[in-house]
Amino acid sequence: MNDRSSLIIRGIGAAPGIAIGRAFLLEHGHIPVPRYRLFGDQAVAEECKRFEEAVAEAEADLENIKKSIKSEFIEHTRLLEVQQMILRDPSIYDQSLRYIKEERTNAQLAVIKSLRKAKELFSSLSAEDYAKNRIADVNAAGDRVIRILAGQNHTDLEHIHQRAVIVAHDLSPADAIQLQAGRTLGIVTEIGGSVSHTSIVARSLGIPAVTGAENAARLISENDLLIVDGRTGMVIINPSERELQYYANLQDEIQTYLKQISRHAHLPAETSDGHRVGAEANIEVLEEIVAAKDNGAEAIGLYRTEYYFMNRVELPDEESLYRDYHDLAELMAPSQVTIRTLDLGADKLTSWCPNLEEPNPALGLRSIRLCLHYKEIFKTQLRAILRASAVACNIRLMLPLISGMGEIFEAKRILREVQTELTKKRIPFDKDMPFGAMIEVPSAVAVADMLAQEVDFFSIGTNDLIQYSIGIDRSNEHVAYLYEPLHPGVLRFIKQAVDAGHDAGIPVAVCGEMAGEPLYVPILLGLKIDSFSMNPVALPRVKNLIRRSSMKECCRFVEKVIRMRTASEIQQAVSKLVMRKFPEEFRVFDPNWVGNTSLPVMKKSGS
Amino acid sequence: MLIDPRTFDDRRENALIQSDEESPALTQEFIVANRMGIHARVAAQIVKVACRFESEVFIAKSEVAANAKSILDVMSLFCPFGSKVFITARGPDAAQALSALAALFQTKFGEP
Repeated sequence: MNDRSSLIIRGIGAAPGIAIGRAFLLEHGHIPVPRYRLFGDQAVAEECKRFEEAVAEAEADLENIKKSIKSEFIEHTRLLEVQQMILRDPSIYDQSLRYIKEERTNAQLAVIKSLRKAKELFSSLSAEDYAKNRIADVNAAGDRVIRILAGQNHTDLEHIHQRAVIVAHDLSPADAIQLQAGRTLGIVTEIGGSVSHTSIVARSLGIPAVTGAENAARLISENDLLIVDGRTGMVIINPSERELQYYANLQDEIQTYLKQISRHAHLPAETSDGHRVGAEANIEVLEEIVAAKDNGAEAIGLYRTEYYFMNRVELPDEESLYRDYHDLAELMAPSQVTIRTLDLGADKLTSWCPNLEEPNPALGLRSIRLCLHYKEIFKTQLRAILRASAVACNIRLMLPLISGMGEIFEAKRILREVQTELTKKRIPFDKDMPFGAMIEVPSAVAVADMLAQEVDFFSIGTNDLIQYSIGIDRSNEHVAYLYEPLHPGVLRFIKQAVDAGHDAGIPVAVCGEMAGEPLYVPILLGLKIDSFSMNPVALPRVKNLIRRSSMKECCRFVEKVIRMRTASEIQQAVSKLVMRKFPEEFRVFDPNWVGNTSLPVMKKSGS
Repeated sequence: MLIDPRTFDDRRENALIQSDEESPALTQEFIVANRMGIHARVAAQIVKVACRFESEVFIAKSEVAANAKSILDVMSLFCPFGSKVFITARGPDAAQALSALAALFQTKFGEP
């Protein structure tokens, strides 16, 4: 029996876990605003008083939120101070009073009018992102007063008395820092990816979250019962009794299981027969280091450096990059930190690169190609990395999207130039800083034996390697089904790269999404990957499976699998193996582990 | 380059606001040195400091001046990393206001 009234929205699983609860819609700017004229001086005086009191109340609310902010986000209390100041800003406060007194408009309308005027200040700015953020600040402050004036002042995350699932178009950083692990059961947002601010905060608080769920705020009504599956990115609106029961049980099992394995997250990633591999974290901002360490990361296997180059008007300077890398090295020392040089396409750098309008940016001037083209950007970054390498001699340099020896030679030449320059200036750096290449392009696999002679390590970026070897654009829905991590061609490429690396005596890591997928643990172990680098939250699960695997068995398994002819055949073999070896892991976690995208509850009902 | 607060009298030619006999206007030039530029939280710091003084305080970038006591005004200037701004203070405690703000700029608002 299918329950037709339940509706499913799909987004991106941003923070794992299952949440079941009532929807709490966090809307901005959709409050009905009455408009009326005030008659008589007394009405005007009363309206002024009403406005003043509303601002005072909003201020007090903000003050209370500030007090309750968890110490790890204390930096963000300043964001709330910004809102407080906006409320008292002459162009909002005085201006609103002026509208009430002079034009005899009601308080809500007066606030809206002065907000609109204030926002005009920003809309003329050429820096679009900056303007957008400032307008969001103004709106957030204004909303608070308007809601109080409208008598609906309980819209704050702070004011959620019941435990609820927050549904919003997007969460502002100010919203995100107010999330309370106790009261927020889950989060659903319409925009944002898996690395947005919301996701990072949600993961650090362990709140299941789905981002990028299109139209969620429109399709979900206040108080709707929701199931949020933060593993798969699925949101079920008004689920059936059966779906509810299924997910409630699952939620229970997941919690118990996670607690159990988290207790062992600090143990080394060593198989039952004594084969030790690395378990490392992929991070993007320094704030993630805490989560990485908590989850048992032994090192940073991939530090994405794009963050400081995006959404800015000017290039970051050497000094600020240096500080960032310096702090990273210092925080992680003595553990290793692998810094990947800028991995962006020209399309993302329009503010200081000419806009190339490439018809196919994935095959265009991006990543290492871009760096070798705009040498000054590359040199600035290399100088910053080299200087930071002196801190604890724990930095490894990694170049993305290497397609052949030419790029290695050129990059090394530039690196030497920068080194000579630093030596001349007597600026210290780690002369033995390991130099590695990412293996992401089929041509790099083909010449991996030669590359291995020139570099100190390989790291396989499976996301791009899969995309480029199968020749599909992952974001193109027509061919997305061909994105098969277990394609025999992909596995052979990985094997070839690992073997070439090991023949030359260098270690080979995997830092793509495959490394963080528990399902692939036996295959990657059997392919003799030396270290797994992944999203910090995935670490406890992957480590747990590594510790429970036998290297011997995994190798035998891979020998068998590598001869199979189709991805689905391999998928089946993998599923069978993991179901037999780690039934609890896959029962609890991945409803799609047999490659079936239908609801697990439907499968159950059929059996 | 940061200018020593003691020398700002010499920089009067940069004053955007004309001094008069009773309330001399003092101006000093600053470079925004923190990597995030004057974003909302930094703007809040500037306003907070400016509001401590009786003097009028203005912050100007490329000929556009903003009231340093209004966060909206300050934020509307858009000063990313490396921007050159002039701060002008006029009033009985102008010198103190300017040196308090200079301290903020010199410490990069406590940011990298």
